[in-house]
Amino acid sequence: MPASTSWNNKHSLRNKQKYSAMALLQLSEPGQTPDPHQRRIAIGIDLGTTHSLVASVRNGVSECLPDAQGRVLLPSVVRYLEGGRTQIGFDALAAQVRDPCNTISSVKRLMGRGIADIGNRSRMPYQFIDKPGMVTLQTVAGEKSPVEVSAEILASLRQRAEDTFDDDIYGAVITVPAYFDEAQRQATKDAAQLAGLNVLRLINEPTAAAIAYGLDNASEGVFAVYDLGGGTFDISILRLSQGVFEVVSTGGDSALGGDDYDRALVDWVLAKAGIAADTLTASDKASLLKAARECKEALSAAPSARFSVQLSKPTINLEMKADDFEATSAYLTQRTLVAVRKALRDAALAKDEVAGVVMVGGSTRMPQVHKAVAGFFGREPLVNLNPDEVVALGAAISANQLAGNNTGADLLLLDVIPLSLGIETMGGLVERIVPRNQTIPTAMAQDFTTYQDGQTALALHVVQGERDLVADCRSLARFELRGIPPMVAGAARIRVTFTVDADGLLSVNAKEQVSGVEARIDVKPSYGLSDEEIARMLRESFSTAQQDMKSRALAEAQVDADRMILATRSALAVDSDLLSGLELAQIETLMAGVAAARENGDAATIAAATQALAKGTESFAAQRMNRGIRHALSGKNIESV
Amino acid sequence: MRFAQDRAQLDTRWKELQREAHPDKFAAQGAAAQRVAMQWSVRINEAYQRLKDPLRRAGYLCELLGSPINAERNTDMPADFLIQQIEWREDLDEAETADDLDKIALRASLSQRKQLSKIEQMLDVDHDYAAAAQQVRSLMFIERFASEIDARIDQLEQ
Repeated sequence: MPASTSWNNKHSLRNKQKYSAMALLQLSEPGQTPDPHQRRIAIGIDLGTTHSLVASVRNGVSECLPDAQGRVLLPSVVRYLEGGRTQIGFDALAAQVRDPCNTISSVKRLMGRGIADIGNRSRMPYQFIDKPGMVTLQTVAGEKSPVEVSAEILASLRQRAEDTFDDDIYGAVITVPAYFDEAQRQATKDAAQLAGLNVLRLINEPTAAAIAYGLDNASEGVFAVYDLGGGTFDISILRLSQGVFEVVSTGGDSALGGDDYDRALVDWVLAKAGIAADTLTASDKASLLKAARECKEALSAAPSARFSVQLSKPTINLEMKADDFEATSAYLTQRTLVAVRKALRDAALAKDEVAGVVMVGGSTRMPQVHKAVAGFFGREPLVNLNPDEVVALGAAISANQLAGNNTGADLLLLDVIPLSLGIETMGGLVERIVPRNQTIPTAMAQDFTTYQDGQTALALHVVQGERDLVADCRSLARFELRGIPPMVAGAARIRVTFTVDADGLLSVNAKEQVSGVEARIDVKPSYGLSDEEIARMLRESFSTAQQDMKSRALAEAQVDADRMILATRSALAVDSDLLSGLELAQIETLMAGVAAARENGDAATIAAATQALAKGTESFAAQRMNRGIRHALSGKNIESV
Repeated sequence: MRFAQDRAQLDTRWKELQREAHPDKFAAQGAAAQRVAMQWSVRINEAYQRLKDPLRRAGYLCELLGSPINAERNTDMPADFLIQQIEWREDLDEAETADDLDKIALRASLSQRKQLSKIEQMLDVDHDYAAAAQQVRSLMFIERFASEIDARIDQLEQ
């Protein structure tokens, strides 16, 4: 019996003694443990700026999955060739200097970004096309959106995982920088959907690192996770206690990373060699960046290194000293420490209250970064897990849990929203409704009123960001509340409620309290792709994936049906006293319907029957849940602790 | 019900409850269970937010005990408190360096702590809820002032 299954039983028993009702909510009752082969294969993906990884929990241990050559890192580089072919990873990386315009790297920096949001555009060899919301890139294979490029990387990792397990993948947890806003998160989700992945959750990279780190070391206390990747910087302050990972605050800079250190190095070299940046060709730019990366990596191990590159006209060959590199990039390191101080302020914690500093991301290998972080916190940072792998390892642990396979550890992640959410009020000002670093899920409300006599409609504009002016924040959605009965200005009472679920997804509801008229919207940022666009891209570039999806849909529908029946049976076995005879008969009819569809239906029929059973047992589930939680709360009123 | 609470105990209790109710704990049990779990989880977070911040906790207690805060309507402040606030704001306007700001922040936080212990005395010992509500209102001023100091520090570091 696998370790995870036997642990499961133990867990149920422990719960039984303490909160007998809660144990009934656990799926796996003794004797009803799902077959091991019913275990869902879930993966964690670190979709990085410079490279990406996939990991999964096997036999209770989280491991990165290697490719056929045994390499776990996949360079996040996609090359488009004529005739619609693509190269991904090392092959694409090798062609970068030769074919810079069609070889896309660091695409993560472009996700969910408009052309005006992208700094250093002139340094990149790509042909940008200005599109509303998100830029696209002109390649030999046509126009490509950053979402499509990312989807190629994700699809390649999905393929690797499927080959490893020789099975379909149930779902994935994908990591994003904590500081990503809704538009960047949505773009990442769209890419995953395009790659045929079922997204179980997007989790923040530092949080994933903390999960991998904390579970490994059984750590307790406050930890700072300093994550300097290729293109993003994140700082998170977390409190760890007995398997609960509470994110206290997060901060960072979604456009600051190792790439910037490369550019600082290139600038220094160009100035030293007396070459003007505007005389460089696209190929020169790519060569320079490649040479800078190599020089930077060499400087992590030696006090000086050669910087040598053959450009279209001159050749550069000079000696680079680590001290010079440190000095020329000091302003970047300083910027990370500003964000660290802010995160500590948000957490209301002093430096000396931090029990450990975890270093994540390949860029933390730079000695000047290590030195600066150690100097700031007055303690040596922890580096005993591979900084390249730790994020993917944590994501896999989380994926395994969200897929319903109980992991060996009783893990609970209490995450926060990274950026404040609010609505536009008079004068283009933002009224904050959910402040940043609020633990999710959360629901927060505020009352507004009309400002004109007889006003019957109210326009609501939902924005995200820390600035006071709407113009400085990111616009997420607009909707209208109509049918407000005519009243004098200021008499209407409109309650606007923001609800953020555990996935960080926002829905907004507005209700006029006197008349009861209401309107609501699920926020999908205007920068995200519509479902139709996704469908079009799927048709165009992943026609084979569609066939896969069809057979996968059937398998998934069958597994879901089995699980639903199993869950219902085990619930009935214990809590059927909550039901009347009629209700019980109705549920049994629905179960028979699922079983029949399971035998000879297609995916849609099975899903519909499962859905009907889910709907038919909704109030039963709610009653059981309430019974369970009341029991947990009993004896103690939460208001009085 | 007491104003004085042990923060560590509150944190532990919050996490225990989230362990039972968080939607992730019901990941395999369908949308209905998730929705109910989310409602519980939201309520637990709301209760925790209200209790962990001493100012919000004090405001909540005053309201329960019949002395609502009504900060928008009740702006009557003692004259010496107002004069002190004006002085503090002048200092903030004149502050130029991070050190200046740190000093002002320290003074504000000492004052916050002093006011909170007064509130504890009023609520838990004297049971003078109206006086406590007045104290909460003035503490709200100081709180807003403290967040302005933070904003200034952010600005300085940009």
